[in-house]
Amino acid sequence: MDLENQRRVLEFTNQYGAENIVVLLGAAEGEASGLAAETVTLGDPTFAGPLAGVQLGLTVYHVCEPEIKEEIDPAVYDEQISMMEMVLDVDDICNEMNAIREQL
Amino acid sequence: MSDYAVIKGASYVLAAAPDMVLHNGTTQTTEMIVNPESEYLKELPNHLRSFDDVLAYIPNQVYIGNMTNKDLAATEFPYYDKKAEKAERYGKYGEIMPQDEFIGLMQICDVFDLVKLEAGFAQEVKAKLTAHGMLKEEQIAILDKNNDTDETIAALVNDEHSEPIYHNFKLVGAVKRAHDVDVNLSAHVMFENIVAKASSVLAMLHLIKNTGIDPAEIEYVVDCCEEACGDMNQRGGGNFAKAAAEVVGLVNATGSDVRGFCAGPAHAILDAASLVKAGTFKNVIVTAGGCTAKLGMNGKDHVKKGLPILEDCLGGFAVLLSENDGVNPVIRTDIVGRHTVGTGSSPQAVIGGLVTDSLDKAGLKLTDVDKFAPELQNPDITKPAGAGDVPEANYKMIAALGVKRGDIARTDIPSFVAERGLVGWAPTQGHIPSGVPYMGPCREDILAGDIKRAMIIGKGSLFLGRMTNLFDGVSFLVEANPGKQEAAAAVSEETIKSLIGEAMRDFAKSLIAE
Repeated sequence: MDLENQRRVLEFTNQYGAENIVVLLGAAEGEASGLAAETVTLGDPTFAGPLAGVQLGLTVYHVCEPEIKEEIDPAVYDEQISMMEMVLDVDDICNEMNAIREQL
Repeated sequence: MSDYAVIKGASYVLAAAPDMVLHNGTTQTTEMIVNPESEYLKELPNHLRSFDDVLAYIPNQVYIGNMTNKDLAATEFPYYDKKAEKAERYGKYGEIMPQDEFIGLMQICDVFDLVKLEAGFAQEVKAKLTAHGMLKEEQIAILDKNNDTDETIAALVNDEHSEPIYHNFKLVGAVKRAHDVDVNLSAHVMFENIVAKASSVLAMLHLIKNTGIDPAEIEYVVDCCEEACGDMNQRGGGNFAKAAAEVVGLVNATGSDVRGFCAGPAHAILDAASLVKAGTFKNVIVTAGGCTAKLGMNGKDHVKKGLPILEDCLGGFAVLLSENDGVNPVIRTDIVGRHTVGTGSSPQAVIGGLVTDSLDKAGLKLTDVDKFAPELQNPDITKPAGAGDVPEANYKMIAALGVKRGDIARTDIPSFVAERGLVGWAPTQGHIPSGVPYMGPCREDILAGDIKRAMIIGKGSLFLGRMTNLFDGVSFLVEANPGKQEAAAAVSEETIKSLIGEAMRDFAKSLIAE
């Protein structure tokens, strides 16, 4: 996750409290999704950004995960996401995301 | 159809730059500031490739035209551990220039006496550039002016804020700052800009050779790299295009710079093709040089995974667009995709705006396009860095939109990607991969009758400049030339019909009058 985004996630968390933040990812594949999820939960694994060594433990999902899809109006999901859902390896993304969440 | 611009030829060049990876790539220069003792910086030199390995790298041989995209597609992934059978410096599109010769070319392209080389190094390079045979005698003689020693060069770097030039880990020269206060004329900026200029010059020299055109016939040059040249009063004043044209000897040309991040080249081709179609100029070159900042951009991931540093070359290209000759493929400046301000940012909207909207207007289906050339980044570089296979992702998105539109069945996505896609071979030099690396091979594929129609797509991340959150992109179609005779016949047939119609009306009128 780029350093600017890490800084913003940290600022929002400080402002609103970790329990009020959900991070929604749109990364194109599993590994990148997992790294971003790890950054906002366990801390920046690359130790480069503001979240290095900071365990925010935020709730984090990828937009293609079923938990999120259920929350979205099907017509909007069809218009905005369904094409990418066809393209992405959704199972791989879900596995990576679950693997990170299991570590919390 | 007779007035569309045609693709007369293209050139593609690389310049090996292993020492510039270490000293000028921003991943490395940032690391030197934030973590100077890092393991990465210590390990990095062990991952630099020799020039022979750079030549033997298959994607590089595809770029300069000794191998084809089909050869690359037939190569088992990954590519970095395979060797090209024909590992040659020169190819039909251009060459892979060794770093020392490129440093010499930088000095030849510098007209403000900012590039200083150690005298012995300059003489070695002079002999090599003489053998290279593409520069004029008086240009090569510029290398004779060097009388600096190792000590005077070191003093320029240590005491005069000059940017060091290294070769084989040794200090061989320096780029002086062009002003003592102005950051836009700092040694660092001048280094980057002279590199961009020199690689564009090299590309244009090859383009002139490849096309056989008289340099005096070039009327306009459009530069589309991602650098900016100017001083503190006009940071992006320009004009790389004319500066490079001067070195190449395009005496009757002027030019201008077009910018749009990675989409810059596609915008520049559209501009140039429109200038030709409008009849403003007969021969326009679109060119771009390379970018030192992006050298070793994904180096941390490559080193971590035990790979060589694959982003060790500067890239450049030049394309000649000319008035319709009835032979070469035409650029359909009337079938143009655009990501507009109102398009929206969802991938569906983006692909719609860039790919399918223009086809719909022209009454064409996705399957009427034989090849799509979006961002052609080499996956050998991007996959280990977690960025995936960029061209493949684009093809899958285009195919998936095709499914949603009912153009193809969902089960046809893999075959659509395989048949109408291209495996990426371009160096990750930002603007370089953006569709344009296919324009040379596309011209040949169409002339050979292998394909009839291709779509070139440029995409750019405007948000990196922090002026807008928008992304950008444009696309255009390249088509087989219907031929002059056919075009002329179609026009005359229409003219005859209208003349007959007119005569009949006049006849009818005269009957009524009677």
